[in-house]
Amino acid sequence: MDMPAANADILARRDAIVARLAEALPEDALISDPRQTRAYDCDALSIYSCPPLAVTLPRTTEEVATVLRICSDEGVPVIPRGSGTGLTGGALPTADAVVLGVARMNAVLETDYDNRLIRVQTGRTNLSVTGAVEADGWFYAPDPSSQLACAIAGNIAMNSGGAHCLKYGVTTNNLLGVTFVTMAGEIMEIGGPAMDAAGYDLLGLICGSEGQLGVVTEATLRILPKPEGARPILIAYDSAVTAGACVSDIIRAGVLPVAIEFMDKPIIHLTEAFVGAGYPMDAEALLIVEVEGSKAEIDDQLARIKAIAQRHNPTTLRESASEAQSKAIWAGRKAAFGATGQVADYLCMDGTIPTSALPETLGRMTELASDYGLRVANVFHAGDGNLHPLIMFDANDPEELRKAEALGAEILLLCVEQGGCLTGEHGVGVEKRDLMGRQYGQADLEAQMAMKDVFDPAWLLNPAKVFPLDMRNGRRV
Amino acid sequence: MQEPRDEAELAEAIAGLTEPVEIRGGGSRLGLGRPVQAGATLSTAGLSGVKLYEPGALTLVAGAGTPLAEIEALLAAEKQRLAFEPMDHRPLLGAGGEPTIGGVTACNVSGPRRVQSGACRDALLGVRFVDGTGQVLRNGGRVMKNVTGYDLVKLLAGSWGTLGVLTELAFKLAPAPEAAATLTLRGLSDAEALGAMTAALGSPYDVSGAAHLPGAEPRTLIRVEGLGPSVAYRTGRLARLLGKFGPVETEDDPASVAAEWAGVRDVTAFADRPGAVWRVSLRPSDAPGFVAGLGEDAAPEAALYDWGGGLVWLLAPETDAAAAAIRAAAARLKGHATLVRAAAPYRAAAGAFQPEAPALAALSEGVRAKFDPRGLLNPGRMRG
Repeated sequence: MDMPAANADILARRDAIVARLAEALPEDALISDPRQTRAYDCDALSIYSCPPLAVTLPRTTEEVATVLRICSDEGVPVIPRGSGTGLTGGALPTADAVVLGVARMNAVLETDYDNRLIRVQTGRTNLSVTGAVEADGWFYAPDPSSQLACAIAGNIAMNSGGAHCLKYGVTTNNLLGVTFVTMAGEIMEIGGPAMDAAGYDLLGLICGSEGQLGVVTEATLRILPKPEGARPILIAYDSAVTAGACVSDIIRAGVLPVAIEFMDKPIIHLTEAFVGAGYPMDAEALLIVEVEGSKAEIDDQLARIKAIAQRHNPTTLRESASEAQSKAIWAGRKAAFGATGQVADYLCMDGTIPTSALPETLGRMTELASDYGLRVANVFHAGDGNLHPLIMFDANDPEELRKAEALGAEILLLCVEQGGCLTGEHGVGVEKRDLMGRQYGQADLEAQMAMKDVFDPAWLLNPAKVFPLDMRNGRRV
Repeated sequence: MQEPRDEAELAEAIAGLTEPVEIRGGGSRLGLGRPVQAGATLSTAGLSGVKLYEPGALTLVAGAGTPLAEIEALLAAEKQRLAFEPMDHRPLLGAGGEPTIGGVTACNVSGPRRVQSGACRDALLGVRFVDGTGQVLRNGGRVMKNVTGYDLVKLLAGSWGTLGVLTELAFKLAPAPEAAATLTLRGLSDAEALGAMTAALGSPYDVSGAAHLPGAEPRTLIRVEGLGPSVAYRTGRLARLLGKFGPVETEDDPASVAAEWAGVRDVTAFADRPGAVWRVSLRPSDAPGFVAGLGEDAAPEAALYDWGGGLVWLLAPETDAAAAAIRAAAARLKGHATLVRAAAPYRAAAGAFQPEAPALAALSEGVRAKFDPRGLLNPGRMRG
């Protein structure tokens, strides 16, 4: 992965730029000592890192605008950053860039149950949005697995999903409005408390634009009344094909579970060794299907799902009858990444495929992994086709890293070939940037880049992400 | 009128344009928006047909010119549907024509189920379209989760044919419910009705419609849909919850429930009454105050609340003073008012859409200039 060379002119003006920021910001809102900026050298794709020119940590929208105005004036790139939990290098700095972190902006600005919304500063973590309304019986639906740490700012930048998208949608379906600051430092309100806005859907364009169109400092989010209860069922099969057919039949039957999670044999064994959730070790594929409602509603839905599952001859069928049993069923799934991390370094892929292409894709993926001599474990959201192959490798061995990245790219291209896409919820960042030309033609990418031309004509925001460097037609770099 | 037979012909036709065109799907919504200043018409009727339907993946891909009725019939046969419940504008506009899926998307047409399942743009997974220079472009895809690059899908939904001509659309579908029921409260004031709708939408009973029809005999309607036992249970719970607002009647005959909500969706109450029809989107709790506070100049002859109050339909005098008052009141509440039905000169003068703040308007203008640099697609539809 190549990053453009730092702009020597900006590096030469470093002290002057830092001084100008220092003058405009409160003392603790600026970090310029390289020893202290180290925590901002990378995000959760930690195989890539680079010390930034400086880090700013504003507390208000006005301070964000100040940073952007100064950087715009100085021609300095800006890297917006939430909590730094992104998996694709979307917050990876360049040496000539100022990191703009919103982590200190974490207040709840307004809670409005009558209108089913909450307004927060975007440095607030995903889970603490739910935390602010939970006691009153409400929740915020998108639940990326990093939800304990990830910020709403990053959720909006990447249009984050989670395990419950089948019923509740992803971030863009739960976002009503934003306070947005352009690279020029102009503050604007887009959307708001109403369910739609006048004019083009700029809110829809901003959500998922990976911090390249502007910086979102406040967000109005839709909140929902908590369901009365939720309970999972565990279904195991001796083949992935059968499990895929079962998923399709459940969906066709008109039961809409809130989550359908799929785990393959390698990940079942890894998690079992790690947390001992009591998963069936003979299974080739395991489904966790969760439904919501009152006790009677849950019983009715689970009975229907069980009947469908039984038609496919499951090797194990385990319906939760208590809170403890529900926890046990989820324990292995929730520990999947941690369990994998115990035995190896891993790259987490994020392609999406049509659910009908599941069996073929899994088969081809196994062949690819064996060609590369690498182990791949699969855990994914089966209801929506969002795969998370975990490619295991040894990060101390540069050749293994190279091989793991090459395998990852081939897996994602397989997803595209099957009618899917490169990324379902993690974003493009730097990780998948150079594959974009395989998903979209030059004209399709030009149309997207034209939007950046409108919002950020000098291409200063979050440079070298999303679009392949050689497909930018001379735009910056 | 040009009627290309496929996407390539459409692209060629647009590349060869020398004058502005009005884009036409099935012709049922041409009366929406400002009147277009164009001498020619370009039809998408030839781009018709379902390309892919996978019930087990809840996915449909269809040409933009495909009649909505054809899609709805196809889905119904598999006990599925479009979750966003698109409004049929024909009764309200007194229009003919045949609604197409492209027209639904271009106008981001949604219905009462918006409160539960989102708008058209939320179900839209992918688009193919031809921009104003004749380039064929695509964005999104056919899968439910996709963050690969910028989301132009949402941008194209509700762009009223001014950014490009849609050629093919992919949608996420929903199961059709096994059962449905409407709970009705009678005689509530607008403020009481808002309280009832808010209580229902704030409950865990997954309400899929909340509307209030004021008038001589006001009715407040709450809808639940889903599996049979579930609907029975939730109807009972809601009846208890709403009991403090008055006696609750329950209707669970599928045809009656469907007819009732089709009436709400299509605002048929205003269909045969003269006057300008406005669609106002705002914070639900502001709705009764908004309607009551419009003042003498804009005092509506009738109002209808959908989306639990988040959407207000007004039947108002077709006067400059009324337009100004409605727009100003909506803006004060951070909402927006769209003029849906009125004589063409009035729509041209008052504008169909609420003006955006200057900074946003500049961005929107920039976006439009990128997609349609010659300004040939539906000029005037959104802005004068």
